[in-house]
Amino acid sequence: MSCEVKISKEFEAKVDEVITHYPVSKRSASLPLLHLWQEQFGYVSNQAVEWIAAKLDLQPINVYELVTFYPMFRQHPAGKIQFKVCRTLSCALAGGYELFDHLKTNCKIEGDGHHGPAVSADGKYSIEFVECLASCGTGPVLMVNEDFYENVSNDKANELVKKYG
Amino acid sequence: MAIAEKRLILKNIDVAGYTNDIECYIKNGGYEVLRKAIAMKPQEIVAEVKASGLRGRGGAGFPTKNTKPVYLICNADESEPGTFKDRQIIHKDPHQLIEGMIISCFANNVKLAYLYIRGEFPEGARILERACDEARQKNLLGKNILGTGYDLEIYIHRGAGAYICGEETGLIESLEGKRAYPRIKPPYFPAVLGLYMSPTIVNNVETLCNVIHVLQMGGANFSKLGKPNNTGTRVLCVSGDVVKPGYYEFEVGALTLGQLIYDVCGGIRDGKKIKAIIPGGSSAKVLKAGEIYKIKQKQADGSMADVEMRLEDIPMDFDTMAAIGSMAGSGGVIVMDETRSMPECLANLSEFYAHESCGQCTPCREGSLWMKKLTSRIRDGKASANDVGVLKNVADNIAGRTICAFGEACSWPVQSFVTKFKDEFETVAGNGAKK
Amino acid sequence: MSCACKNPFNHDVPVENTPMVNVQIDGEWVQVPKGMNVVAAAERFQKHIPHYCYHPKLSVVGNCRMCLIEMGTPKMDANRQPILAADGKPEIAWMPRPQIGCATQVSEGMGIRTESPLVQECRKGVMEFLLINHPLDCPICDQAGECKLQEYSFEHGQANSRFTEEKVKKPKNVDIGERIVLDDERCVMCSRCIRFSKEFVKDDVLGFTERGSHTTLTVYPGKRFDNNYSLNTVDICPVGALTSKDFRFKMRVWFLKETKSICTGCATGCNVLIGSREKEVHRLTPRENEEVNSLWMCDSGRLGFHHIHDENRLTTPLVNGEKSDWSTAMSKLAHQLKNFQSNQIAIIASARMTNEELYLLSELRKSLGGDSILSDIVGRTGDADNILRNADKNPNTKGAQLFGFANNGKLKEIQAGLTNGSIQALLIFNESAAEAGLSLEALKNVPLVVNVGMRLNGAAHFNFPSASFAEKRGTLINFQNRLQRLNRAIPTPGQSRDDWEIIRDIKAAIGGGNGIHSVEELFKAMASSVPAFKDLTLGKVGDLGVVLNLG
Repeated sequence: MSCEVKISKEFEAKVDEVITHYPVSKRSASLPLLHLWQEQFGYVSNQAVEWIAAKLDLQPINVYELVTFYPMFRQHPAGKIQFKVCRTLSCALAGGYELFDHLKTNCKIEGDGHHGPAVSADGKYSIEFVECLASCGTGPVLMVNEDFYENVSNDKANELVKKYG
Repeated sequence: MAIAEKRLILKNIDVAGYTNDIECYIKNGGYEVLRKAIAMKPQEIVAEVKASGLRGRGGAGFPTKNTKPVYLICNADESEPGTFKDRQIIHKDPHQLIEGMIISCFANNVKLAYLYIRGEFPEGARILERACDEARQKNLLGKNILGTGYDLEIYIHRGAGAYICGEETGLIESLEGKRAYPRIKPPYFPAVLGLYMSPTIVNNVETLCNVIHVLQMGGANFSKLGKPNNTGTRVLCVSGDVVKPGYYEFEVGALTLGQLIYDVCGGIRDGKKIKAIIPGGSSAKVLKAGEIYKIKQKQADGSMADVEMRLEDIPMDFDTMAAIGSMAGSGGVIVMDETRSMPECLANLSEFYAHESCGQCTPCREGSLWMKKLTSRIRDGKASANDVGVLKNVADNIAGRTICAFGEACSWPVQSFVTKFKDEFETVAGNGAKK
Repeated sequence: MSCACKNPFNHDVPVENTPMVNVQIDGEWVQVPKGMNVVAAAERFQKHIPHYCYHPKLSVVGNCRMCLIEMGTPKMDANRQPILAADGKPEIAWMPRPQIGCATQVSEGMGIRTESPLVQECRKGVMEFLLINHPLDCPICDQAGECKLQEYSFEHGQANSRFTEEKVKKPKNVDIGERIVLDDERCVMCSRCIRFSKEFVKDDVLGFTERGSHTTLTVYPGKRFDNNYSLNTVDICPVGALTSKDFRFKMRVWFLKETKSICTGCATGCNVLIGSREKEVHRLTPRENEEVNSLWMCDSGRLGFHHIHDENRLTTPLVNGEKSDWSTAMSKLAHQLKNFQSNQIAIIASARMTNEELYLLSELRKSLGGDSILSDIVGRTGDADNILRNADKNPNTKGAQLFGFANNGKLKEIQAGLTNGSIQALLIFNESAAEAGLSLEALKNVPLVVNVGMRLNGAAHFNFPSASFAEKRGTLINFQNRLQRLNRAIPTPGQSRDDWEIIRDIKAAIGGGNGIHSVEELFKAMASSVPAFKDLTLGKVGDLGVVLNLG
């Protein structure tokens, strides 16, 4: 692997603490560890899969199966600013698709972004459609990185691009 | 006439000045019920809950089970499109959920509980983590709770974007660190062979919060709320083309669908008319404006009689919703007005289900994507009337033939949309949906 | 006696003393062991419930949905007693939803319908789903002829496809292991291979990635599916997703003749089918024997047959390196053998030989002088894997012991005797000089060396071409004292002959004719003189073998 990341003592300590939450089976810590890794390093690389598998006494395939099953885990870096627009019915009725297209144009992103981020050429923005974010009464809704926004009009979207950009 | 809400679970939600920290919760009477509960015998608590007639809330409405569980899991992976009550409770009143969980664990002598929260709620997970820490500091959680000798740990466990984790055995597999493939039942009923193959209680957020209110009111009193066999309150989440979408809490069956939409939610936007309503989350069979339902209803003298009912007159309870061929499900009501294209709405839902099928069972794995492709083609006017028939038949070949209820969840919308709006589908199939 | 290997499950083999229950299958009441799953139970009455994911030896996952059946339980009265119909049998309350047979365990009074209209409709539906994204590349698929998609499609499918969408694209021709190729587009996601490798071999290397219709069978990047049991997944793969590199594209399976035999790769003696066409063996596949190998065999055993088609194989009798014919060679040998005293003769036999051969060889040893003749076998030990591979890599050590050829240490004496000249004549059967620890140099000074086998011994004065395991009949005794039969799948090449015939003729040539003309006769002669085989015939040994009392 060309770009192995260095794992800090702090990170490992955090990981070890999380594993204690699962006294019956370490394997249960798979998802939490993948989350921790992605938060720390941006995406789940093969190094991540192998490191986590070793940490939990699993085979790499056991972890790899999860990375590809759960859509929140990325195997490639997303943009520095990630838009996740809700695609599902109530938001679609409220203009979720239009919001998505607006953001895509605004951030100059090619690619369709259906379940899996489409990243702008400069790597600054990425956008993807996600399924129901569970705020159907205030659609359209989106997440910017881990922050949630509701009733997102095009104007509000422009503000968000500015705010995070 | 506006029907008054009966706020139990949403009691503190959106109240001016209410914050989600423990001090505020305690100031408003929080954890009093826990103090009362730990003075009771566990079986007394269980008896109260049984007397309340509380049903598991969230998907299918199973009665609360009576077993000797080892683990308790809170299913906060509510992902049913159209449903958004959990976000409110988790973000705005997390201690209510934690208190409900502690009481439920105490009542069943459970020492280890997991709160499985959907991955899309990172902020919610942080709030709940903090709530647990606060509860630990006040000795409401952890070792020797309030000096009783009872130990309990609750851990927050984040999902990662899989609707199927809302299915309790899928959730258990996921919590065990595996792909969320629902288990075959029998033999893997959670109450018998749940987490780590041990008896496990799996309940959703609403049910666990309700336990507090059951104990506060007493089971017998609680059971007077709502209707017999449909007791308590229900949080209804209304979205789509209404003036005031949002979440509202009522006694079960206290109001009709018409009252909900017109009186509570201010009617349809821009003075338009209703075209269709999905009454219980996206998996529930769609109801069509103008439909008349024949249902059996108990009369004053106790006899049963066939009653005709307009869509607007349907009471929002489990049994009636089932009787008219749909379901109260998750309480998510999605309203579509007369300008909406039904093929477009269905294509949206079918894309959701194709994306969320875990891929374990043949009919669902292959059929959900096939339905997505068919509905998209119909929506785009690149299909024929024959394709509409094929679509319906594909759905028929999935429902009832899979391990979990996802088979039904992805088929019911297709079956009901296509059957009830057949003409529209057949017309659009050849011409495309008008924008 | 129990199986040499441990299956994770044995759904089709009820635990001893399981009570029987009355079950109605397609209208007929039958008795079935309680708790057996419906697929296995129905199989007992020749009712095949189609299935892909269910496998009797693996965990039940219930994902293919092909084994959907209708099921009912007895109607109960107020006292929880079954309500009986006019025929005295319980009335059955049928469930409205179909159930999967593999996860449904039979209980008293249960009703099962395996052919009802609903069941047929379910199968038709599942078949359609399985085929919509399948490439339908049967003409170039190696599984053709033993593919459950083809088979069930013929029985339960429909002729025309209603599917007009674009198919899901998946990886093809994936090199997942030394011996296995994967075609993901053909995979039906039954997960048998994953479960086999994880549950039986304890090698958790296969898995699914992606989800829904995009679910893809794979190995982790950089890992290999290389365990010594990998080829069993080719057998249990119900479709053409996993194929054997060794066998693929070699031969259409319907041209193969299948001969029941035994693997000779070690002392386990896995029961096999030899798949051959005319003079060539194309594959070995495991044959079910619950007392030995269940349904499995190791890859090294499975692929261990190629040497029989070695182009350098000895196929003509040679005398002093010159081609000869059998009768000339035999008389020359008989003539030369007479020059030696019995204590100058040694025999190196092989624990790869059949009992019949060893018996005849022991008779020959008697004719040549009996106990004064040094004899031994070449021991062959390796690692046992705690699955099927035995540490003893000879298939018939027990037989060699029985006939007095396994004389621990004698081989060393023979080696020494050949070096110091005390042994003047060596008869070596089915072993190479090298494996017997003899250098060709050492043999060069020995006045008479006779080699019976498939390979040339450069120092031998007589080279007699004999038969491979696939070319002969006879019996072997495995490590469990189980007597099992080899059967002939193909003829011996060229002038090669069955080993027993060669031994018989050597014996006849030195003046001890015994009139044996068939393996049956030979077995009979052996059975009458060796107590362990008392009352046995080749027929009685049967396809699954019998356990001998070897004291």
